[in-house]
Order: sequence, then C-alpha cells, then structure tokens
Amino acid sequence: MQLNKDCILKNTATAGFEEKNDILITVEASNNDDITVDLTSSVLRQYGRHMKELITATVKEAGFTGIKVTAIDKGAWDYTIKARVLAALERGMK
Amino acid sequence: MKDAKTRLRRTMMFVPGNSPKMINSADIYGADSLMFDIEDSIAITEKDTARLLVANALKTLKFHSETVVRINHPTQTPFGMDDLKVILPAKPNLIRLPKVEDISEVELVAAEIEKVEKENGWAEGTINIIGAIESVKGLYNVREICKHPRMAAIALGAEDFIANLKTQRTKYGIELYYARSQILMAARDAEIQCMDTVFSDVKDMEGFAAEVTRSKDMGFDGKSVIHPKQIVEVHRIYTPTDIQITKALKVLDAYKDSIENHKGVLAVDGKMIDGPIVVRAQRIVDQAKAAGVNVEEKREQA
Repeated sequence: MQLNKDCILKNTATAGFEEKNDILITVEASNNDDITVDLTSSVLRQYGRHMKELITATVKEAGFTGIKVTAIDKGAWDYTIKARVLAALERGMK
Repeated sequence: MKDAKTRLRRTMMFVPGNSPKMINSADIYGADSLMFDIEDSIAITEKDTARLLVANALKTLKFHSETVVRINHPTQTPFGMDDLKVILPAKPNLIRLPKVEDISEVELVAAEIEKVEKENGWAEGTINIIGAIESVKGLYNVREICKHPRMAAIALGAEDFIANLKTQRTKYGIELYYARSQILMAARDAEIQCMDTVFSDVKDMEGFAAEVTRSKDMGFDGKSVIHPKQIVEVHRIYTPTDIQITKALKVLDAYKDSIENHKGVLAVDGKMIDGPIVVRAQRIVDQAKAAGVNVEEKREQA
C-alpha cells in the first residue's frame, strides 16, 4: 500500500502486539537517510534476513527514508509484518 | 453478479480483523464464507491497524472461502469511509454493511465500490454487498434495501436489534420471529440470499442445532457463526438427507418424463406433483450437489 500523504514521520509510533503470529513495530525518525531495522525474533537465524529485507522494502515503497524500525516478532507472516509497518508509519505521520 | 446472489452460503464465520493468529487459520475450517471483522470486535484505537491487516491478508493469502469484510458504518462512525478506501482495493467478495437503515447507505457504499472497480479495470459486480439489519428502522426499510443491484444477501444482526426492541434473546427466538420473517420475505422478493444471526453460546450445541434447524425451516440460506465447531453442525443440518435426495430425484425424473412424453397429471408414489413441488425438489438436489453429495450415485441407488 502506498501512503498518499507527505511521507514525513512526525512522531515515534507503534503498531501490532507481542502476541502469537503478530509483530510489534516501532518506527522513529533517524538522523540520516538510512532505513535501519533492529529485529528480535525466535526465528532470527532462519528468517531474520528475509524479515529485515521485507521491513526495509515496505518502508521504502511507502515513500519514507531516514527511519529506524524496531521489531519484536512473535512468528508473524509476511502480510502481518507489512501491515504493521504500514500502520506504524501511518500513525507516525499524524 | 448471479454467482454472488446464488453461491453456497451455509456458514459465514466471523474472524476478528486484528488477530493474525485467527486470520492465518481461518480458512482451514471449511466455512463457506469468512467475514473479517473490523467493526464491533475491534477497539476504537485499533481500527487503523485492523483495516490494514485485513487488506494485506486479502492481497497476500489465498482463501478457498468467500471473503467478506465487515466495515464500520460509513455515516454513523468516522471509520467506515476510511475502511472502504483501504479494503476495496484488496478485492473482497463482499462488503458487510452493518446497521443498515436506509437505501442511501447502500448507495454510498455501492458508489465507492463502482469507483474502485473502474479504477482497477475489474468487471462490474466483482465486489458486492451484504447488509445487516440491526434496528427497527432498518427492518422497516428492508425491502428497498434488498432491491439494490449490489446487494447479494441480507443478514439479521440480532444483538443490536433486540437492544433496540428493549428485550433479550430467548432460546425459542420469539423476539426475533417477526424480524426473521420480514427479512426473509424481503430477500426472497429481491431474489437475494438471507443469513441468520449468530448464536453466541458456543457451549450449547444442542440449542445451536435447534436454532439452525428452525431458521433453515423458515427458509434462511445460512447462519453466521462465531466458532469453528459450529460450522460442521450447520453444514450437517443444511445437507439434505438420503431420503430427501432420493425422493427429489424421483420427482425430477418423473417431471422430465412428463414433459418429454407430453403427459398430463403427474404422480410419484401415489402423490400428485405440481410446480412448487418440482421447484422444491430441484432446490434439494442443488443443495446436495453444493454440499458435495454424489447425486448421480443416489439416483442409481434409488
């Protein structure tokens, strides 16, 4: 989903829950243009790289740069990761 | 659109729209329709996350069941129109419009659907509407509501309705009898489907079976369910018995024979057969086929 507003993060924001099959995402503005992901997951070794790439791509596709993402994963599927990242970004713009 | 108005909808299971765990497993229980809820089961503070979660699930996962999204009311709440903006591009089969009271509310949702269908190059009727009557005002307008061309089905939402009536649910359903009858007749007049309300006590399977049997006997096409274990029971009740199927096949075969051989008065097992009996027999055979019964095998056994 492309967010159809000016893609500037005004506030630190969270979305999702630390519950089974979910992921708690926190987004905050960083001091540079990079998108960084700090991921905690019990399947970090198996899927960590894929999840970080998905989070980074979702932030980019939504039109943002300079974002630090903190993610606490509880076994979320891809669609949930994407939805929670988009929701956190949307909340951060308000 | 014909398919949307005639497809098998014995069960429509509620799935809370902000629970990835429930969304992930929703499709394995065999409900004919899955209704992802972003209305009453979602806290006001989580409407935004629920609509994004459901939209992304619809875009990503392949569901065998029909997909329905219960949005928030588009004019009575500040969330409904935003729900439509996010949900419609994800292409659900149906939008469930809760607490519908006036045809203008259906028209509003239908206009949004039409816009998204055109923008995406989808055929007209790709997305349709199921309305839920949940108030006396809605019940008074149900005939007009049912006749909107986007309406594929109408449902009764009993909890709000009985609150509006200032009464409570009983096991016998006397408080809902008039509403069920009216909604059903409006649906039949408009040639759309009609879904009965949920039965909230998931532990009382005996009471549940009795209620499903009553609503099936009234003519409802299916039941809204809130727990996977209710699905099997509804499907069992809605599947015609072997005796019913065999009898229906006899009627249809005799009718076919009478047409082909220009016979006059028609009788099966000593009973006269007329038009409505043939229609009912065809409905039984259609229900059996839809439920996966091998009807031809039954014909051979007859």
